Amino acid sequence: MRSVSIIGVGCTKFGERWDVSLRDMIAEAGVMAIGDAEITGEQIDALYVGNMSGGRFIEQEHIGALIADCAGLSRLHVPSTRVEAACASGGLALRQAVLAVASGYSDIVIAAGVEKMTDVSTGTAADALAAAADREWECFFGATFPALYAMMAKLHMRRYGTTEEQMAQVAVKNHHHACMNPIAQYHMEITIDDVLKSPLVADPLHVLDCSPISDGAAAVVLAPTEMARRFSEEPIKIVGSAQASDTLALHDRRDLTTLDATVHAGRSAFTQAGIEPRAVDVAEVHDCFTIGEILAIEDLGFVEKGQGGKATQDGMTALSGCLPVNTSGGLKACGHPVGATGIKQAYEIVLQLRGKAGKRQVDDAQVGLAHNVGGSGGTALVHIFTR
Amino acid sequence: MMTNHAPRFWRSIPQRYNLSGTHCTCCNEYFFPPRNLCPNCRRGAHLEEYTFKGTGTIITHTTIYNATEDFERLTPYNLAIIQLDEGPKITGQIVSSSAGVKIGMRVRPVFRILGKEGDKGIIYYGTKFAPLLEQSCAEEK
Repeated sequence: MRSVSIIGVGCTKFGERWDVSLRDMIAEAGVMAIGDAEITGEQIDALYVGNMSGGRFIEQEHIGALIADCAGLSRLHVPSTRVEAACASGGLALRQAVLAVASGYSDIVIAAGVEKMTDVSTGTAADALAAAADREWECFFGATFPALYAMMAKLHMRRYGTTEEQMAQVAVKNHHHACMNPIAQYHMEITIDDVLKSPLVADPLHVLDCSPISDGAAAVVLAPTEMARRFSEEPIKIVGSAQASDTLALHDRRDLTTLDATVHAGRSAFTQAGIEPRAVDVAEVHDCFTIGEILAIEDLGFVEKGQGGKATQDGMTALSGCLPVNTSGGLKACGHPVGATGIKQAYEIVLQLRGKAGKRQVDDAQVGLAHNVGGSGGTALVHIFTR
Repeated sequence: MMTNHAPRFWRSIPQRYNLSGTHCTCCNEYFFPPRNLCPNCRRGAHLEEYTFKGTGTIITHTTIYNATEDFERLTPYNLAIIQLDEGPKITGQIVSSSAGVKIGMRVRPVFRILGKEGDKGIIYYGTKFAPLLEQSCAEEK
């Protein structure tokens, strides 16, 4: 297997992008990434794109061919593949691209992600997202996505003493980070009180515990590490790429306060990278709901099980803490265009490791991690990056 | 959205109505809904049909204030993960005031309407759960 590096990145502004289409966004992100890598269309061997539900959101499937077409690559007939793993579609696209390069089959490969979610009503969007859960044995009985995470939160609170204030702190921190990120959906500081006084969605989760509905696209360009310096002065190595699955339905899991898919993908990625969790300087984790970030930092081994809430309260994961988490603003405040999220995480980590993250820069960041979850934990992807 | 569509979520699924699942006699694990493959024994499994007693314990729960369009008319409603006495866990609504739902609470199954496809569409029936009170135990006797 060959070592793989990122040689270019691009990401659109996230948010309610009523003035642009999915096609506009993917072209914008793709052109940025290709420009950053200084490659030409002729050099691209393959494209992978993460997209959860073009069919439900914009009534458009066949996103693979569409993005190749929008990127101006149709006359080059570049193979282009759409992959789907619900909210982990972007992370999965990155992994497919890594495998293509690592295997030696392809040299220059683009991994992209895109979602256009705001063209439908909130109810339709919620229903499309609910398709990531078990439609027949969860949604049929009235489960919603916030409800599934709320049930994890409820049990976590009961077992470990995690508080609503600790969960709210995740949102407060991520909104603070987002204020320093030009592409973030929200540039708005919030307080713990704001979170706790916002309407309940599914007890104990309030509106401000939940990631928003968003539009956005992101792209990264991969190359074999041995070739990377030809294209980029500051290539970023992908030293771990792992994926794991678990039961589709939350109720079938071994433990309702652990995402075993995250545990397994994390261990596998750390083994590949040959490092321990404490070596990580900056991490983007899947905070679709505030409890999600607390579970993630536990399941990835950054803190012991049950200590995620307290660690957040103590400031460990703040920009000034020992492990800054979600410097982009996370899904919560940077926005969560589901197919794009996993690629945006890689984009943020690359900026951090290049030292180009502006006001939210983590000092001397050498090792970064991206963690992307599909559904309530049926899929997890973990990637580890180094300079 | 289920309304105004062909009934995609309707099948002849008897398990919706009577909590029948499967039991693997090799590893002695019970499954609901029934599985075609035992995740422990896989092809070496011996699966037989099993009808659950239906009583169980609430493992965790929530009250939903903001639902998908099909369930909006029910809000707020209680949802829980219930561990049936034989072992498997399932997701279901709890018919009770939200203040009355607690982790560890014992519940029993009740047969209820779960949803409707508009005024002229199919009505979905299935299992919800209600608190297992001493009184209802007495009634069952």
